[in-house]
Amino acid sequence: MPVAWIPSLMQKLTEGHQQIPVEGSTVRQVVEALESLYPGFKDRIVEHDRIRTEIAVAVDGEVVTSGLRARVGAESEVHFLPALAGG
Amino acid sequence: MSKIHVQTTINEEATEFLCEPRQSLLEVLRETLGFTGTKEGCNDGNCGACSVTLDGVLIDSCLMLAVEAEGKTISTVEGLANPEGLHPIQQAFLEHAALQCGICTPGFLVASKALLDHNPEPSEHEIRHWLAGNLCRCTGYDKIVRAVLEAAQTVRASA
Amino acid sequence: MSAGNGYKVIGTRPVRHDGVDKVTGRAVYGGDTRLSGLLYGQVLRSPHAHARIKAIDISKAQALPGVKAVLTGADLPKTGDTIVDLGEGPARLKYMSDNVLATDKTLYSGHPVAAVCASNVHIAEEALDLIEVEYEVLEAVLDLREAMKEGAPQLHPDMTTQEFGEDTGRTSNLATHFQHKLGDPDTAFASADVVIEREFNTATVHQGYIEPHNATAMWNADGQITIWTSTQGSFAARAQTGAVLDIPVSKIKVVPQEIGGGFGGKIPIYLEPIAAMLSKTSGQPVKLIMTRPAVFESTGPTPGSHIKIKMGANKDGKIVAAEAYIAFESGAYPGGLVGAAAMCVFSCYDIANGLIDCYDVVLNKPRSFAYRAPGSTQACFATEHVVELLAAELGIDPLEFRLRNSATTGTRRIDGVVYPKMGCKEVLEAIRDSEHYKSAAPSGPNQGRGISVGYWFNVGLQSACTASVNTDGTVSLSEGSTDIGGSRTSIAMQFAETLCLDVDDVRAQVVDTDSIGHTDVTGGSRVTYATGWAAYKSALDVQAQMCERAAQLWEVEVDQVAFEEGVFSSGDKSYTFKELSGHLDETGGPVIGRATVNPDSGVGGSFAANIADVEVDPDTGKVQVLRFTVIQDAGKAIHPSYVEGQMQGGSAQGIGWALNEEYYYNKDGQLDNSSYLDYRIPTSLDLPMIETIIVEVPNPGHPFGVRGVGEANIAPPPAAMAGAIADAIGVRLQALPMKPSNILAATQASESDAALAAGG
Repeated sequence: MPVAWIPSLMQKLTEGHQQIPVEGSTVRQVVEALESLYPGFKDRIVEHDRIRTEIAVAVDGEVVTSGLRARVGAESEVHFLPALAGG
Repeated sequence: MSKIHVQTTINEEATEFLCEPRQSLLEVLRETLGFTGTKEGCNDGNCGACSVTLDGVLIDSCLMLAVEAEGKTISTVEGLANPEGLHPIQQAFLEHAALQCGICTPGFLVASKALLDHNPEPSEHEIRHWLAGNLCRCTGYDKIVRAVLEAAQTVRASA
Repeated sequence: MSAGNGYKVIGTRPVRHDGVDKVTGRAVYGGDTRLSGLLYGQVLRSPHAHARIKAIDISKAQALPGVKAVLTGADLPKTGDTIVDLGEGPARLKYMSDNVLATDKTLYSGHPVAAVCASNVHIAEEALDLIEVEYEVLEAVLDLREAMKEGAPQLHPDMTTQEFGEDTGRTSNLATHFQHKLGDPDTAFASADVVIEREFNTATVHQGYIEPHNATAMWNADGQITIWTSTQGSFAARAQTGAVLDIPVSKIKVVPQEIGGGFGGKIPIYLEPIAAMLSKTSGQPVKLIMTRPAVFESTGPTPGSHIKIKMGANKDGKIVAAEAYIAFESGAYPGGLVGAAAMCVFSCYDIANGLIDCYDVVLNKPRSFAYRAPGSTQACFATEHVVELLAAELGIDPLEFRLRNSATTGTRRIDGVVYPKMGCKEVLEAIRDSEHYKSAAPSGPNQGRGISVGYWFNVGLQSACTASVNTDGTVSLSEGSTDIGGSRTSIAMQFAETLCLDVDDVRAQVVDTDSIGHTDVTGGSRVTYATGWAAYKSALDVQAQMCERAAQLWEVEVDQVAFEEGVFSSGDKSYTFKELSGHLDETGGPVIGRATVNPDSGVGGSFAANIADVEVDPDTGKVQVLRFTVIQDAGKAIHPSYVEGQMQGGSAQGIGWALNEEYYYNKDGQLDNSSYLDYRIPTSLDLPMIETIIVEVPNPGHPFGVRGVGEANIAPPPAAMAGAIADAIGVRLQALPMKPSNILAATQASESDAALAAGG
């Protein structure tokens, strides 16, 4: 089962849990699963049916560009990170 | 402000122009005469991007008034190559990848040529000392110094 | 997709395509733009660190003969509460617009308040003196720690601290708060054999590119705007300009000119909307070039910082816990860079338990912007200091200590990301195996050696490429990545390699926003990686189409056509690429290959390391760099000379950052050292030859194994210099820059007195 890693500052939404196994084969399904466990979670990640642009989603260590549609494997880790670039 | 008529020689061509007394040589080269190869990096004589030679002496053209060009000989980067090809310094810069963004390159080329005219066999230290008035933010100077060392050899060999 | 050996083009060192233009002075940089009827603009800037604008009277300026237009912030579209999103998160349009031209308040000395255009730049400057601005001077705060305190002057009374997507509702100068936590650091620290904790300050520094910002704009009678500018991102410039002017991007064309350095500082816009508005009013094209003092006073420097690092290790030499507190200057507006520092701070080490707590803080300095691996240098300086102390305390050789704790493939960083294949260990081993490291460390009085390792994660983002096959077998390759360091050649090389062409037969050009698909900025070490990948894919597209053309000519099925070593063949028939190109007209017309990328995976980060030998003058505190080596993992060096160039350039900047560079503000909050005389960057006399060692741990996520190399090399130098100075004089400084006066103070006083000398 994929595992969602919850950033430190959002753990008050998930009762302090950092690693949460959830079902899902896309990021959307993972986020919905988290929402059903912890109502209010989705709002922090999603706006207008897209990942908020200040947040990057990494699946298995790689930041995905397809947002909610990104595929998640059975052993995947899903991380939520601040979106960053460079100079 | 009425303009002053100046007669000078630029890159071995007799040249004349009208300028205001307050205009620097750099400004006139770039804006009036179209020699945009000489660059403006700071306009206060600290970066060397505007390097030209005046009667064979290396100067920052931002620190000279255009009216002072009367009767003088000026060389800019545009005068380095000739119809037969690039100057050995230009060729060496290309082969050594001695430029990245290239904005400081004209200044370095003019300064390097002035060095070799003055000292055909400079050591690494002498090159670094001479070029300390030209700032580069991209390369760390390593490949520039190597290019000048090689150009010096080439120029000596063909002399 | 793997990087194999036996490349024909990749790994060679051709002369760059734009080289001749650049050494003859023919290349057209933004400041060289010439148009008929061109007017020249200049910008009036506030002298106050913090002030309210009560009134601006432009009448006298407007009346000066030769002046064609005068602009103030009131002339820009009203922003209200509009939020814009240009790809890195929502931002208040007001912040972006006000930074172009202030409306109600000025927030730093140098903040633009008005602009003028005239028939020449001197008249424009005279006109600035005729603009009367009535300011109400407000209390300012320029010190990071002061800005964080309760009761500090607030720059934005309605700005609330954002905590990862959550608005905390608290107003202060704290713009953002991030936190990363892994494992159980408290327990791990409690059980560690050795715990070391230190505090650091780094001064504000500037990217220092030699070419000032510039923009030329023509607002045509049909409402179309063309902007010629030196920019790191034509599409980014277009989007930002469109946002500030409230104009659809379809009405704006950005034509990138050659650019004289950026390092992150030419990603934001400053002059473009001003040039456009002045052109609209005057009806003529307008060019603005920033003065050098304005570049320093008004454009994004990179954050000064206050950092605390605590690390714990066991007797066996294993780091068991690490904690970082990082506060970064965000400058006048939120949107700072501390998040990147958080990703990099412990990134070279495999640490199971950690906490990183970081803040962006607004204060009365220009808005901070990226400078080459932004945040990584400050973080590396701090972490490597503590790593050296731990090694010393445990009696373990510092390089050996780093190797024992090195991050490797599969290491989980404290922000949670697990590393794919990467080369941290290989870079550390390259230190060990280098001639420099193996040579005896300088042993004279006041001489010493230091080492360090740093990281940058690199990005992918969007790029597009089109390739038009000419009938003589050459290819015109169009791409949108402005070229700040020779990248158009590296892109052409990847295209040429794929089709077995000579690199000189691939004519690479950087084109405008109407001529290529969306391409993200030249930054983030992404161009050779992402735009190179787009070139590779467009080459494959060309190859496929050419196979079809051959199939047509030979009247066979396309799957009977092979392409190998630059030759198309089927049975006993064959054509070289050149020969086949001559038959395009009879097989359907031109062939255009195209590709776009937005890599979802495979962006490979890069590690860089330094070995520095120094001598410190005991009478002046001046540091001479005796020998310097930079090692970096390039994945695959497409053009080794330009990879070396990036490594050397970042090293030089890092050495300047280490030894001398800092923003120096006077008591009125004005920048005292806004010239190259007093903002002293390294000259050729300050540096030795910079030895380079390219390590290649191929990036499995790129067809040729490329890892971007532009940035990571600026991370380790201050740390290596600090280590070398410590070895030389027995004191390990905790503040940047390690300028002569700070070093003298450190050698003359006790360590605790000197340690927290702030950088200005």
